[in-house]
Amino acid sequence: MRQVYMDHSATTPVDPEVFEAMVPYLTDRFGNPSSIYSAGRAARQGMEKAREQVASLLNASPDEIIFTSGGTEADNQAIIGYATANRHKGNHIITSAIEHHAVYDTCKYLSRNGFEVTFLPVDGNGVVEPETLKAVLKPTTLLVSIMHANNEVGTIEPIKELATITHEAGAAFHCDAVQTVGRIPVDVVDLGVDMLSASSHKLYGPKGTGCLYLKKGIKVESYLHGGGQERKHRPGTENIPGIVGFGKAAELAQARVDETGKRLRELGGRLAQGLLNAIPHSRLTGHPVNRIPGHVSLCFEFVEGESILLMLDQAGVMASSGSACTSGSLEPSHVLLALGLPHEIAHGSLRLTLGKGNSDEDVDYVLNTLPGIVERLRQMSPLYMKAGER
Amino acid sequence: MVVDIKEVYLDNSATTPVIPEIADKVREAMVRQFGNPSSLHRKGLEAEMLVTEARKQISRGLGVRDEEIIFTSGGTEANNLALFGAAMANRRRGNRIVSSPIEHPSVLEVLKRLGERGFDIAFCLVDSTGRVDPEELASLITPETILVSIMTVNNEIGTVQPVSELVEACKQVNPGLIFHTDCVQALGKIIVHPKQTGADMVSLSSHKIHGPKGVGALYVAGGAPLEALLHGGGQERGIRSGTENVPGIVGFGLAVQMATADFESHTGQMRRLKTRLIERLNSNRVKFRVNGPPLDQAAPHIVSLSFPGVRGEVLVHFLEAENIFVSTGAACSSRKVKISHVLKAIGLSSGEAEGSIRVSLSILNTEDDIERLAEALAAALKKLKGLS
Repeated sequence: MRQVYMDHSATTPVDPEVFEAMVPYLTDRFGNPSSIYSAGRAARQGMEKAREQVASLLNASPDEIIFTSGGTEADNQAIIGYATANRHKGNHIITSAIEHHAVYDTCKYLSRNGFEVTFLPVDGNGVVEPETLKAVLKPTTLLVSIMHANNEVGTIEPIKELATITHEAGAAFHCDAVQTVGRIPVDVVDLGVDMLSASSHKLYGPKGTGCLYLKKGIKVESYLHGGGQERKHRPGTENIPGIVGFGKAAELAQARVDETGKRLRELGGRLAQGLLNAIPHSRLTGHPVNRIPGHVSLCFEFVEGESILLMLDQAGVMASSGSACTSGSLEPSHVLLALGLPHEIAHGSLRLTLGKGNSDEDVDYVLNTLPGIVERLRQMSPLYMKAGER
Repeated sequence: MVVDIKEVYLDNSATTPVIPEIADKVREAMVRQFGNPSSLHRKGLEAEMLVTEARKQISRGLGVRDEEIIFTSGGTEANNLALFGAAMANRRRGNRIVSSPIEHPSVLEVLKRLGERGFDIAFCLVDSTGRVDPEELASLITPETILVSIMTVNNEIGTVQPVSELVEACKQVNPGLIFHTDCVQALGKIIVHPKQTGADMVSLSSHKIHGPKGVGALYVAGGAPLEALLHGGGQERGIRSGTENVPGIVGFGLAVQMATADFESHTGQMRRLKTRLIERLNSNRVKFRVNGPPLDQAAPHIVSLSFPGVRGEVLVHFLEAENIFVSTGAACSSRKVKISHVLKAIGLSSGEAEGSIRVSLSILNTEDDIERLAEALAAALKKLKGLS
């Protein structure tokens, strides 16, 4: 049976070239970079090269990159770290209602610990409108955290405008770019952000590594304490092979981001349009144009997203009903509800996220498989029968 | 002329190479079984099963239950999570935390922060071998004591603490306290069996036992409540959010299995090599002293040596020129010119502390490695004496 992996927003396979770059640092150049002798130095050099590769992808300076254990840690580090280190500047934090849990729950945590948090609403396409932000900024606003693109519906946010408005109000801006780094060009200078989170395993690098871009002059308090690694921002023996792999993945992503982005945009467009045409009572969620290339998120009335997933899986197609982290839960996604979708429609959500390994044939296969699955499930749904009688 | 001589790596307390067999498994989990364990499709389930299997390998190795293991990004995070998480979750019950002055910085630095947040931090004394006396420790325990943290094996001098006795003495005074022990250096070198010692939390790290870097674990007895350090997707029972580092976890699981399966022969070999080193230094008439515990009482893999009148850093560089790698102390602090807090705590003078090196072994070391080190040390010391 054909195997079609279309869950690249959850995670991506490690590029074999990336693993090859990591091998020497697992077995030969395995030293602890804090050691003073040459084996430690070789490890350190590998790490500094990776720092340059990642910085180059983001148009940052290498000394503005702090390696972390992943995107979740980068988000936590940015938000808790900035809020703790700059408490004297205010206690108000603004974020959006559609953030990833690594931001959303972190802000909730701060709201239980003396901070005032505003969760901004979004429009029907999942866009955080600059005017909405402007209306809630106040002198005590310390930090604004808005994601670059949403993981569930793919909408790309107007970060540049949001950051400008934030700075005009004297606050700092953090951007969770876990879903965009490697998929679309991400330029920290152009976006004008003070902090930005990225994760390696979303761009064909290894799991367990990510980074926080920290603009020069921005102070954060480390949430981990110990040895003075990462200029005291991130203690703990550095995950050198992981970091080297992240660096290589960043280099490869930079070389192909435009070309792959273009191809995935076309493939994703064809897939979305084909499904919308073939399946009645279906709609695209998120922004119709400003979305991550290859990100197809849909809602089907009268069916459960989970049921679609299981049947797709039996047909060899691997997808998701929302974000991977919450797909074990039966609650409808907080993102789809924030977009104003009613519960019953939000329950019928499906996310197909394409990656560089997907082909035209993969898209054809899903176009041939999915409409039948939705139809079969609807035939079993009393709600659908009832709606038909109307 | 450059002579290509084999590297002799004797700094295994800093980090260890990944065994090829483990690297192969890690590769599989990166390139083929690459799913996100939270995904509902087959790739997700496959990845989830890998994590479950690795968790079993570790819980089996420690004799604990699967759900008592929380994966972290390494030993530092495990120590931070244990101390910060338990202190914050139990702050209504009391505010005293007791520890020792020879802990790893990832314990000492957290305690410093907790002290700034109003916790009352007390440090016990250690004797000249680095050992904590159970009675002395118990004398610091009050009804307000919520947490005790004493490392099982010291990373610089190899002292093995009598953890069972320490736990018993502390809990006799205050049965409600939580006993944490940093076992980053102990795993694979002495038996780590929390159900026998009575320790409530145990920190572990993968890269010290030939597993990959970037992964570790915290054992928490009975899944006792901890305040999370990281907030997000709710992985690891909500205590440690973030997509699981599946390949790292797979490598760690296998490393624990390998280290615990051949425990007797592994530790016996390391102990023999360490004894051999001391014999060879004696037969070469090198003047030295062993810092910390006597050889037979120390962990099998660590020995700290002082050479009068010679700076440890100079020796490290001399040995490096011979392609032999040892360290002056802990790797985390060895790039700073600072007297080791551990050597100071066991009563060494600044001069003695500066003249020390740490030799740390792994199962990959051979007799030949020890011969090379003993010869090179004797030659280096002779040369340095000639210069002075």
